[in-house]
Amino acid sequence: MESPPLWVPLFTTIVVFAFFLLSTALLIWAERRVVARMQTRLGPNRVGPLGILQTLVDGVKMFFKEDITPGMVNKPVYTLAPLVGVIAGFLAIAVIPIGGEVTLFGETFTLVVADLHVGALWILALGSIHVYSVFLAGWASNSPYPLLGGIRSSAQMVSYEIAMGLAVASVFIYAGSLRISDIIEAQAGDGLIPGMPGWFAIPLLPAFLVFVVGMVAEAGRPPFDLAEAEGELVGGFNTEYSGMRFGMFMLAEFMQVVTMSAIVVTLFLGGPSGPTFGLPDAIAWVMPIFWFSLKMSLFIFFFILLRGALPRARYHRLMDLGWKVLIPVALVWTMVTAAFVLLNELGGLATETRWVLAGIAGVIVIGLLVLGSSPDDASDAPVPPDEDPAASDHDKVTS
Amino acid sequence: MSFEQEYGTVAIFLIVGAALYAVIMLVNRVMRPSVPSPLKLTTYECGVEAVGSGWSQMNIRYYVFAFLFVIFDVEAIFLFPWAVIIGELDATTTPSSLFALIAMFLFIATLLEGLAYAWKKGVLTWD
Repeated sequence: MESPPLWVPLFTTIVVFAFFLLSTALLIWAERRVVARMQTRLGPNRVGPLGILQTLVDGVKMFFKEDITPGMVNKPVYTLAPLVGVIAGFLAIAVIPIGGEVTLFGETFTLVVADLHVGALWILALGSIHVYSVFLAGWASNSPYPLLGGIRSSAQMVSYEIAMGLAVASVFIYAGSLRISDIIEAQAGDGLIPGMPGWFAIPLLPAFLVFVVGMVAEAGRPPFDLAEAEGELVGGFNTEYSGMRFGMFMLAEFMQVVTMSAIVVTLFLGGPSGPTFGLPDAIAWVMPIFWFSLKMSLFIFFFILLRGALPRARYHRLMDLGWKVLIPVALVWTMVTAAFVLLNELGGLATETRWVLAGIAGVIVIGLLVLGSSPDDASDAPVPPDEDPAASDHDKVTS
Repeated sequence: MSFEQEYGTVAIFLIVGAALYAVIMLVNRVMRPSVPSPLKLTTYECGVEAVGSGWSQMNIRYYVFAFLFVIFDVEAIFLFPWAVIIGELDATTTPSSLFALIAMFLFIATLLEGLAYAWKKGVLTWD
């Protein structure tokens, strides 16, 4: 294949950036509107129609804010941390196709910056690098609140990263490739029943659920926003940041919501695939972008609803969920998937047998969840305050 | 696309991203006010004067979780190549599909045993 001219990667770069930055801006606005509606408030409604320009104005305001670097910080690391966070957030979107093939000035190309061989691994790796920015920001601030917030959220992120990585492994088994375009192609065609989409979310439902929970925790969003537990840790790892550096952390955080939604759509919901309704070729290229945006918006809306509906989880419940539920479920599910794929090769199972097996598996999973959570509830009973005041004081400082 | 092209476009993407960051910080540098005051250089403690070093003690459990993370992340690294090729194996290939499956079963069972041990020892419990 002959190499495309230089303007093609430049063009896709700018389109992808514009798409994700615009989505982020809209997410922040939508979140404030929807959460306001859930709390019977109005939300931002002054700037532009329905307050849609609020994010833009807030961004401009950020430019005029003083940037205070406190005296005790470790300067190089303190400066580096927001850069690492933003760049890791940017790079993760490089492998996600936001649309199908587009023909422009005689060049046909896909709306993706780079379709790497190791695309899915690339996404997971950059998720890991994002943890560095959180941890380094917390450590470099040389201040108690950021340190605690940074350590808390890095522990949270790495725990859920394992669950997410293991959940994605079953996608790799089905797709047989790490390349994002292969994963999307493997989801084309019909599913179990003709007419049903062949999205991985359906045959790999447990992995999908683990991934969805993991992505909320990975993005540090409610109910898993312990890094920014305002009541106890002020702003968490970014307490000592101000001005545009703080704005960059905010950008990285909100962008991660968009990125995570894009990733889950790509890996489990067929990415930009969808019916084109027999539109002529000249405008059919719009449909994949439309489907992708629609699916992504649904997940973004889900993130916002979670924030409006759920209180913050306690830290030990969070770690319990990650280590005692999600990781074992993801590990076992990976093996079940592999065994299934091999059974298929040895002749396959009848559709009815599959349904029965899926039902049994569902009952087992639900049973485990019920059994696993009941003894935990007992230990969650409020501890009498006079039981051991010294120990609880100690906990406040160290955990 | 070749290796150079793929990662070349990623490099372009990286440069554009870094440039965006640089431009934003530069504009901020030009436009922001600077009103230094000694109080602004102190640790943020909700108005109370800070005591001691900012690098305070933390719970040792975080350290154990870091260890567990490394173990499971390395496991994931072993798991991914296996997951990619398991679908292509069958009874005629070397290794055969059944062999690959049982080998990975043993590996994962060992790790699950480790997780169960940590669980039993109370490492995963926060109190």
